[in-house]
Amino acid sequence: MSPVGDDTALLPHDEAYDERAFGFWLYLMSDAIIFALLFATYQIMAGDIAGGPQGSDLFSLPHTFGETLLLLTSSLTFGLASLALDAGNRRRVLAWLGVTFVLGLGFLAMEIHEFHGMITRGAGPDRSGFLSAFFTLVSTHGLHVSAGLVFILVMTVQVVVKGLSRPVSSRLERLGLFWHFLDIVWIGIFSVVYLPGILR
Amino acid sequence: MDMRILGRLTAADALPFYSWVAVGGAVVTVLGLLTIVGAITFLRKWRYVWTEWMTSLDHKRIGIMYVMLALVMLVRGFVDAIMMRAQQAVALNSTGYLPPEHFDQIFSSHGTIMIFFMAMPFLTGLINIIVPQQIGARDVAFPFMNSVSLWLTAAGAGLVLISLVVGRFSTAGWTGYPPYSGAEYNPGVGVDYWIWAIQVSGIGTTLSGINFIVTILKRRAPGMKLMRMPLFCWTTLATSILMIFAFPALTVTTALLALDRIFDMHFFTNAGGGNLMNYINLFWIWGHPEVYILILPAFGIYSSVVSTFAAKRLFGYKSLVYATMAIALLSFTVWLHHFFTMGAGAGVNAFFGIATMVIAVPTGVKVFDWLMTLFRGRITFHPSMLWALGFIVTFVIGGMTGVLLALPPADYLMHNSTFLVAHFHNMLIPGALFGYLAGYMFWFPKAFGFTLDERWGKGAFWCWIIGFYLAFMPLYVLGFMGMARRMERYEISAWQPFLLIAALGAVVILAGITCLVIQLVVSIRKRNEKRDLTGDPWDGRTLEWLTSSPPAPYNFAVLPQVRDIDALHDMKRHGSVYVRPKQYEDILLPINTGAGVLIGGLAFVFGFSAVWHIWWVAAAALLAILATAAARSFRDKTEFCLTGSKVQEIENRHFRDLAREGVL
Repeated sequence: MSPVGDDTALLPHDEAYDERAFGFWLYLMSDAIIFALLFATYQIMAGDIAGGPQGSDLFSLPHTFGETLLLLTSSLTFGLASLALDAGNRRRVLAWLGVTFVLGLGFLAMEIHEFHGMITRGAGPDRSGFLSAFFTLVSTHGLHVSAGLVFILVMTVQVVVKGLSRPVSSRLERLGLFWHFLDIVWIGIFSVVYLPGILR
Repeated sequence: MDMRILGRLTAADALPFYSWVAVGGAVVTVLGLLTIVGAITFLRKWRYVWTEWMTSLDHKRIGIMYVMLALVMLVRGFVDAIMMRAQQAVALNSTGYLPPEHFDQIFSSHGTIMIFFMAMPFLTGLINIIVPQQIGARDVAFPFMNSVSLWLTAAGAGLVLISLVVGRFSTAGWTGYPPYSGAEYNPGVGVDYWIWAIQVSGIGTTLSGINFIVTILKRRAPGMKLMRMPLFCWTTLATSILMIFAFPALTVTTALLALDRIFDMHFFTNAGGGNLMNYINLFWIWGHPEVYILILPAFGIYSSVVSTFAAKRLFGYKSLVYATMAIALLSFTVWLHHFFTMGAGAGVNAFFGIATMVIAVPTGVKVFDWLMTLFRGRITFHPSMLWALGFIVTFVIGGMTGVLLALPPADYLMHNSTFLVAHFHNMLIPGALFGYLAGYMFWFPKAFGFTLDERWGKGAFWCWIIGFYLAFMPLYVLGFMGMARRMERYEISAWQPFLLIAALGAVVILAGITCLVIQLVVSIRKRNEKRDLTGDPWDGRTLEWLTSSPPAPYNFAVLPQVRDIDALHDMKRHGSVYVRPKQYEDILLPINTGAGVLIGGLAFVFGFSAVWHIWWVAAAALLAILATAAARSFRDKTEFCLTGSKVQEIENRHFRDLAREGVL
């Protein structure tokens, strides 16, 4: 409908922030189903190597350990950004967001490096069912991390431009949920994909 | 990957010269679009259509647009259906009038359209118009996201429609089973159209699910406990939960198929370690809950209709609620019954067979509740009531054949036969479509302020139900006679009489659709006689009948106090209805935005270019969607204030109408 009254724009009510947080949780649950099904698919296809390489030929524990360290630390630094947000300290928020961004970018770089190495060795996603499932699961997580990085950039700009206003801080809280969610998924990937792959 | 500027899009491949029927369909589609665009231009209504409708964030208008989309797609899907019936009626020992390639496209698009672009928008539209009003809310929780959902659904529908003009549609059936849907056997664009249409609209559906859950759980009027919600709200809640849990499975399934097709991956291929059984599992993990996503809202509509036109409180409200939630839960435990013949062990098949039969129990509870509501009620035979009565009888028959199919040994005989086709149409036509049509005729006056013609409505009902029995009962028989589904031609002359009866049934249904069109035209022309100024033409029992028709943008100037399941009925009895406050408060309403249309349009561009492998456009469209969303996130103030005095003006008009009708 077109505005009937005068155009005094107002900020949303308090309840609106609760609703957004709840809606975001629902989105995360829905996203978790996507990952659950990709995990299940990976689990089913882990043995379908079609005469190609298997996990133990491809995965490197130190490399995965490095990725894990970067991502878990980025969750910690995001937590510190959230604490700074609670304290209303804008510069510390920006600083921790920056650190989180760099760690996330490092994680992504390591992942791309790993993928690149596998593809050049002829172990790309078109090699076997196992590798299709591996690349899809891990890069879906990677795409989420990339989206999270874009989200961090957008929020950094918002914090700079708008300060820690109520709408901005509520968005930061949801970004936090998203970022920690990706951490949990990664722990799943580490335990379901890499560890059994290396130990096998 | 294809790196040409226009991907694999070439005029020779793209235009539908493979069949004169397809050329005809393409011409009709293009002419239809040109007629609409021409009419709006000729009437100089673009500004109106853009500012009042396309950019609207009002849940009622979004709902109306959903229903309009659904009705258009109902006609398109029905044209597919009657073409199949005509082909099978004549294709004994002959090729009929459709080449096999085209026939396969038609049964694929019929199923895809009816499920994703008729039923889904129809139910989402009715929910949008009614549920916020039934819970006494002023809006949905996320009005902008609502608009995005609508335009993503429209973008998906647009992809299916344009596949008739540019390129071809899938020939792999609405379920798209690999390996036939894989790149090896289906290298063209058909399956890609199917994938991206579903992918784009599926995301819209997931967002709708989130929106409705938050709206129902967070925006109920004071006093409306969960156990005081109208049943339609309960079934909407259940459907929305199923949407957010089940639709990701469809997203994953079609995404993996797309990866197989584009990047030569091996999820579902025959060779390379693919596992096509995984596709069928993933697909039906979505597919079975989807059946209840379609049917549960209709159950809610029937509950409203039966109780209103029996002028009685719903019998067994609590049992209906528990039955709804039980069905929602059980719907995730039965997916394997769609492929008993895949050859899982006897134990697995037995488990899923029994779970399937168990669903009949809560469904049976519901049927008895509706019957008991009718018992000793003062029944008005409004068309909506006829749809409900027709549903109860017909749906029970479909349920019986479902229990039959739930027995794995029997399923081995009937799998993939026309018996199955008859069964699921016997569930979905009465169980979903009749419900939506009942809701359409019941709530039309709420949305537009005048009632629909009842005589043509009854005509539509009788044509539909008679046509249904004529069209689908023969398919049960044919299934027992061994006829497989999706046959483009056949050599067994004993089948033909039944196929002729089925074709006759389709013609009778065509008469039903014609009645629906005439009903709409007649009602619009007689709208002044049929005007409903009270907002409550049927002596309604729930809160949506408390608002004016059509409702004010804010629905309720004063949030109602709820004390009973039939909240409005309770107010009427206690004389607390239509009470005016001393002063009206300011109300915040969402500001219109074109961002939803933009995202939908970009999603269409993305889908179209992904189908044709025009990757640079697809990437640009995705980036543009991201940029739109990011830009939108910078807006903190998305609402404007409708001042109390403006509210009072609108309400004065409403109360003048009420006084004129002698309601006050």
